[in-house]
Amino acid sequence: MDWPILSLVTFLPLVGVVLIAFVPSDNPENARRVALWVSGGTFLVSLLIWFNFDRTTADMQFVEEAAWMPMAGISYRVGVDGISMLFVMLTTLLTPLCVLASWEAIKVRVKEYMIAFLILEVFMVGMFVALDLFLFYIFFEAVLIPMFIIIGVWGGPRRIYASFKMFLYTLLGSVLMLLAMMAMYFDAGTTDITKLLTHDFPAQLETWLWLAFFASFAIKVPMWPVHTWLPDAHVEAPTAGSVILAGVLLKFGGYGFLRFSLPMFPEASVMFTPLVYTLSIIAVIYTSLVALAQEDMKKLIAYSSVAHMGFVTIGAFTMTVQGIEGSIYQMLSHGVVSAALFLIVGVVYDREHSREIDHYGGLVERMPAYGIIFMLFMLASVGLPGTGGFVGEFLVLLGAFQANPWVAALASTGVILGAVYMLYLYRRIIFGKLTKEHLSKIKDMDKREIAVFAPLVIVTLWMGIYPSSFLDVMHVSVENLLKNVETALAAAGHANIAGR
Amino acid sequence: MTIDQIIPALPEVFVACMIMALLMLGVFQKGALAEQDVKSFRLISGLSVGVLGLTVLLVVMLADRQLMAFNNMFVVDGFATYAKVLVLVASAAAIVLSTGYLERHGVARFEYAILVVFATLGMMMMISANDLISLYMGLEMQSLSLYVIAAFQRDDQRSTEAGLKYFVLGALASGMLLYGASLVYGFAGTTNFTVLADLLKGGEPSVGLVVGIVFVVAGLALKVSAVPFQMWTPDVYEGAPTPVTAFFAVAPKIAALALFTRVMMEPFGDAAASWQQVIIFISAASMILGAVAAVAQKNIKRLMAYSSIGHVGYALIGLCVADETGVRGILVYLAIYLVMNVGAFACILCMKRGDRMVEQISDLSGMSKTHPFIAFALLVFMFSMAGVPPLAGFFAKLYIFWAAIEAGLVALAVIGVLTSVIGAFYYLRIVRVMYFEDTEDPLDAGISRELKLLIGVAAFIICFFFIQPNLILDPAAAAAKALLAG
Repeated sequence: MDWPILSLVTFLPLVGVVLIAFVPSDNPENARRVALWVSGGTFLVSLLIWFNFDRTTADMQFVEEAAWMPMAGISYRVGVDGISMLFVMLTTLLTPLCVLASWEAIKVRVKEYMIAFLILEVFMVGMFVALDLFLFYIFFEAVLIPMFIIIGVWGGPRRIYASFKMFLYTLLGSVLMLLAMMAMYFDAGTTDITKLLTHDFPAQLETWLWLAFFASFAIKVPMWPVHTWLPDAHVEAPTAGSVILAGVLLKFGGYGFLRFSLPMFPEASVMFTPLVYTLSIIAVIYTSLVALAQEDMKKLIAYSSVAHMGFVTIGAFTMTVQGIEGSIYQMLSHGVVSAALFLIVGVVYDREHSREIDHYGGLVERMPAYGIIFMLFMLASVGLPGTGGFVGEFLVLLGAFQANPWVAALASTGVILGAVYMLYLYRRIIFGKLTKEHLSKIKDMDKREIAVFAPLVIVTLWMGIYPSSFLDVMHVSVENLLKNVETALAAAGHANIAGR
Repeated sequence: MTIDQIIPALPEVFVACMIMALLMLGVFQKGALAEQDVKSFRLISGLSVGVLGLTVLLVVMLADRQLMAFNNMFVVDGFATYAKVLVLVASAAAIVLSTGYLERHGVARFEYAILVVFATLGMMMMISANDLISLYMGLEMQSLSLYVIAAFQRDDQRSTEAGLKYFVLGALASGMLLYGASLVYGFAGTTNFTVLADLLKGGEPSVGLVVGIVFVVAGLALKVSAVPFQMWTPDVYEGAPTPVTAFFAVAPKIAALALFTRVMMEPFGDAAASWQQVIIFISAASMILGAVAAVAQKNIKRLMAYSSIGHVGYALIGLCVADETGVRGILVYLAIYLVMNVGAFACILCMKRGDRMVEQISDLSGMSKTHPFIAFALLVFMFSMAGVPPLAGFFAKLYIFWAAIEAGLVALAVIGVLTSVIGAFYYLRIVRVMYFEDTEDPLDAGISRELKLLIGVAAFIICFFFIQPNLILDPAAAAAKALLAG
């Protein structure tokens, strides 16, 4: 295709920003509509990527290149492969849903809110399609600005603390990555990610680079023990903010591991695999237990996110096809499922303005449709076969078993704990008799809310029933990634691992 | 001396002549009534901005080759052109910023604009100095005007106090600089930069010369307010009238940093090994102090003072590197620093309540609702100063750290990025106050057109710098090359 489809998808939301910002209107309804149309249009355009994507090659596709800062060899370079394309789709799918979910929940400063979301979409898509180190970094960090504003302006009572914590934590991680990127340029002489994928860094430098990138991605994922910003941010963010945070922003870390750490620093990755395994298993088990003790619905789901992300990092570092594909799949399904769970919390929060689990109970009597949708996503989060969550966890465990059975065994306990806290949450909110007086008039979901969930239901079931349509997209790219890693390791003498 | 020997100094000669003319005009315009004062003030301010604009043209016309004048005491090269353009723009912006404030406070006297232009003339001399003597001359011409400007609101105790403090510490700096210069002369036998550079080319500099260089560095560090010579900055920034602070924060800083760069790179460039450690210490200490001390500030002008100390620290990383990439980094940094600060101070000048200026950070609360445009612009400047992409401030830091990593000064770069995270905390605090907090006592609504225009232009540049970064990168690279070649 000749025309720049990736740039179009990336920057199309800016049209909405301009429209909302410069067309004077006192009616917040207009801002909502513009944001919905523009983000919906972006999703439709991004479908072109999905349909025109060549599933038989691991090369970057839809590549665009333009000179930018030639002095430092930095250029505007975008493209997608089987890994990043799926995340682009996830982002463009979730943004219009977020706009729709905020339709009634956001009543003040609607214009600014919609502008912030559209700008956020630009940065998120840009990050996934960037093929230049510095372009990647710019998008990666720029995301913090709108997110900071979204949490800080429209968030809950402790929003200031939460927004500062989120901003400073992630900034601290990413500035070290910036220095590492410069060091990479001076070693490799290029900032082109596709060229860097096969560049061999000197061993000692590679270790430092890996650590610098790890600092950034581990905070973003987030991995234990640097996960503490996430529950705060989730609890205080408005519903749609949590959705984007869990749905897309957390994927930056996992994507980063797969795009940078593994292929660019394979030896260091092998060296640090035990560390990643340890932290991930602690995340899986410890945060699952923490989730069990939560009284706040959002906090519970936030901790469950940390646990699920533990599977992602385990899968990525197994260096097996199943593990990596499982890790990507887990990210995608978590993107949909946790987004849906936060929306589910949002539904009752909009009605009752409480996230306390004890505030609710027996909702099934008044809200049957809500009960069904909640059940579906609760089970998807647990990893029930037939939902997207199952495929991801299964593949990760399969990969982990090949790499290290102990890791697989410990990680599987996370699946059980996940079932415990999710079923417990569901029982306390939905089941039982509706005895609480203040709930006696609560209304079931309206059409707008069902419209928000419908695409997510479809995607979750689709991912669970026919995973091939997603696995096919990533398969060639993942194999190519592993091939590169193995070549590099073989060259460095890690014969035992390369032989797998 | 024939006329074409003065050609390199043509812009300076032009400015000097225009100052005299404006002075005469002002004196004869001045009448008995206060209204007439304001009228002549406006006229002279407008004309001064025009003069500075014309000077930019003159400076640019002289660009692209190296010219010497006055027995090699005065040099014009790409570096000087670049720095002079920045200084002229900064001074013009400062005059525009000050008009509304001075009129409101009843100090609208035409001498203000003339003093600013006078200081600018001194800065241009500093930038073009190719001899320790002409350096000192330019520096003093600048400083004396600045002392007067600091105390311009002469009925105000804080303003006069600021002027006095600035004068005493400025004199101390001049003293140290002179002492250093005399040592350099004593041990090298010359004050000319070109001759000094030739002398140092071969062997190790003598101990006396190094001591001289260190004194010169100390004097210059005081002028750019780098740690450990920063102590005057917060007090002077806080005490001086706000538009004066806006002027101090930008033009003299740029001129002094350009001078600093030239002195270190040109005559003493080959002795880099002997002074590099000193600059590394100054740079690291400035970054750390600028970040840590600003956290506790409640007054926005003091906060800006510490922020500027931090920024000087970042810019000086480029000097630690002591090569072309480093100088390029400094120059890019200065250009972006100029825009950010002019914009931020323009926003601060909008902070008034019932026609009184307020300067506590908490006074900004709820600004995003009462002044959405100003609040958004200040948000942009704050994120940019924190170095968050895709805003211009990020690119400024990028080029500085780039140079540091290339030269292997990794520790310094790590200190730099860590302090920028601490810095982000206090910049974000301003955003927080504006956006996350409400107020019952909003700031005044009326904001003058000049301020809005300046804020708009600055915010636009900061936001969209990333689209065409080469507009600044290329001239900066050329200027750095010119300095290193000469």
